[in-house]
Amino acid sequence: MQHNKRAVATGVALLSAIALAGCSAGGTTDSGTDAAACAPSEGDVTLEFTSWIPGIEDVVDMWNEENSDIQVAVQTGPNGNSGTYKSFFSQLEAGNAPDLGQIEYDALSSFRVQDGLENLAACEEVVAAEADFIPWTWGQVTLGTSDGVFGIPQDSGPMALFYRSDLFEQNGIEVPTTWEEFKEAAVKVREAGGYITNFSTGDINQFAGFVWQANGDWFTNDGDAWTVDLTGDASTQVADYWQELLDEDLVSTYPAWTEEWNNAYNSGAVWGWNSAVWGANSISSGAPDTAGKWSVAPAPQWEAGGQSSGNWGGSSIAVFKGTDHLYEATKFALWLNTSEEALTALNTSANIYPATTEGLSLPSLQEGVEFYGGQKIYDVFAEAAEQVNPDFVWGPTMTQTYADVSDGFQRAVTGQGTLLEALEKAQASTISTLEAQGIPVAE
Amino acid sequence: MSMLTRTRGATADDLAPARSRGARESIFSRGAALLVMGVFTLYFVVPIWWLFIASTKDRGDLLTTPALWFAEWNFFTNVGDLISYGDGIYFRWLLNSIGYAVVGALLATVFAAMCGYALAKYRFPGRELFFNVVLGGVLVPATALALPLFLLFSQVNLTNTYWAVLLPSIVSPFGVYLSRIYAASSVPDELIEAGRIDGAGEVRTFFTVSVRLMTPALVTVFLFQFVSIWNNFFLPLIMLRSAELFPITYGLYSWNTQLNQIPELRTYVLTGSFLSIVPLIVAFLLLQRFWRNGLGSGSVK
Repeated sequence: MQHNKRAVATGVALLSAIALAGCSAGGTTDSGTDAAACAPSEGDVTLEFTSWIPGIEDVVDMWNEENSDIQVAVQTGPNGNSGTYKSFFSQLEAGNAPDLGQIEYDALSSFRVQDGLENLAACEEVVAAEADFIPWTWGQVTLGTSDGVFGIPQDSGPMALFYRSDLFEQNGIEVPTTWEEFKEAAVKVREAGGYITNFSTGDINQFAGFVWQANGDWFTNDGDAWTVDLTGDASTQVADYWQELLDEDLVSTYPAWTEEWNNAYNSGAVWGWNSAVWGANSISSGAPDTAGKWSVAPAPQWEAGGQSSGNWGGSSIAVFKGTDHLYEATKFALWLNTSEEALTALNTSANIYPATTEGLSLPSLQEGVEFYGGQKIYDVFAEAAEQVNPDFVWGPTMTQTYADVSDGFQRAVTGQGTLLEALEKAQASTISTLEAQGIPVAE
Repeated sequence: MSMLTRTRGATADDLAPARSRGARESIFSRGAALLVMGVFTLYFVVPIWWLFIASTKDRGDLLTTPALWFAEWNFFTNVGDLISYGDGIYFRWLLNSIGYAVVGALLATVFAAMCGYALAKYRFPGRELFFNVVLGGVLVPATALALPLFLLFSQVNLTNTYWAVLLPSIVSPFGVYLSRIYAASSVPDELIEAGRIDGAGEVRTFFTVSVRLMTPALVTVFLFQFVSIWNNFFLPLIMLRSAELFPITYGLYSWNTQLNQIPELRTYVLTGSFLSIVPLIVAFLLLQRFWRNGLGSGSVK
């Protein structure tokens, strides 16, 4: 799903710019002053909800059956960056946005700076729900503010290491627990004719996940202005590390989810993948011939014995500005993302990995997975989910940042420039994009 | 053989080189032409062949067997799965596409014909200005208009309805241009005069006489518009939110973006894409007859 991101990225960036130009002032700083009152509406309510999760209709039907006074009509479309965000922006511009919409964490800020989201902190139930969620997922929807909640976390993507346990064993290679060991293992895997992992140049979220794990902060927002730090110590460390692996031809760089990527995994050319919980599904669907030969280990650490994990992906349900039914919308969003029935249904129909603490112990997540040799892989991810740094914040112009980093990474892979240079360029262009959109930047 | 014997003949010395060179050249150029055509045919047919092959395989075979040859025959299973997935939404999309494309292209053709005919056959102030504006319309990419159209349609609450895709589709500046050019050259003024003298109204003359003369151009306009509506992607993307209104292209695209969540969609997207080109092929085969006839009769004049 991610590989067509960039094709649309330019379009989204353009449209965002148009949409933003339409908004009089960016409105980055006012938090919740104009929040609609969170009171129940009179009479029956029908909410519009846009989501691209396959099978979401069936989950919503469960809600509709139990709540005749709050009916939810589902609208659908392609995955967010592939088009649905574009629709959201034009609908906001036209003033006919749906009541609720699915927005990935990394896009939430863009909607917020364009004043497209209701502050859900006006609703007591939302504030009270904070305790139900894994801390870092809540951090993703508060967007670094102390009095704002701009969505209800839906799913998360804690990262771990998928690897071919059969090949590792046959070649006597230990499963790496630190990044140093990971590199040593990478050398051995290469000697045995494989690649230890696939480094994503198209989907920068993987790299961001590595930086996140290393406690890096790409963006901070002090309430007045944004600080951009794509080249901080953590980023530099991670970039240099992967640069080495690339220079020594120790990792492959297939674009994810393409036929060649599938083939590389299916044929055993690549032996592992540093990916998120949903990656389990990508591998099992992309490499069906390797069933039973995979395992999952915790992510390699920077320090021996460390316990830190990154995150790749995840989304929230946000309420769009202009809704007349804030109370009902949050009630539904909370049900969708905290109730066991909804979470179970979402997990079985669309492999959604819940963002609530209780959700991690869903019965469907306690079973051994056949494809992974019967390993209870979700135990690894449940542990990883608790180890994600809660303070990582996404900037409001991520589409542009991703596009720039990705361009640079792709050049780096062909030997022109380095990963770090790509980050430096993206740093500069992110700042100028923010400034061009009238979003204050701290120097 | 005959060539060889001829070149041996002393009397034919002068002619022979020229002839043989000519013959050789024609074989060479015909071969080159065939080669170029062959390459292009392959270029266009291979993807379709690939798509066909892919839609006959199950998900496992898709990745593990040669891409251009059959593995286990699962075509009908795939089609069955495709039809049943999501309460048969796929056929809804197919019908939508046919509806948008047939109705849209028909209306677009009628309007373009009337407009082009009027521009060619009537003199009125501002005619050239009007025509130039229409010509300008040819240059504006449909993508650039999608967002403004969305804002307009929002004002009148028409977004997320059939009308949102249908209304913009009935406008074809290129059709107007083609109709004008064709009407000017193929509908003689004398014929219209004759019609008037015989007492036919302008509308009747248009529909009974002129339209028939313009048929080849109109079939072209219809085909162009049909294909462009069928392939139109950005407009539905901007306008539509309800899955039951999607045309096939947009529906398949939205499935395709969800592959890594729901892997079985890969088979559905492939099978669905293959089935979705069938109506286009049918439309072409059906209309090609008129088209060729029309072009032929035009050239004889």
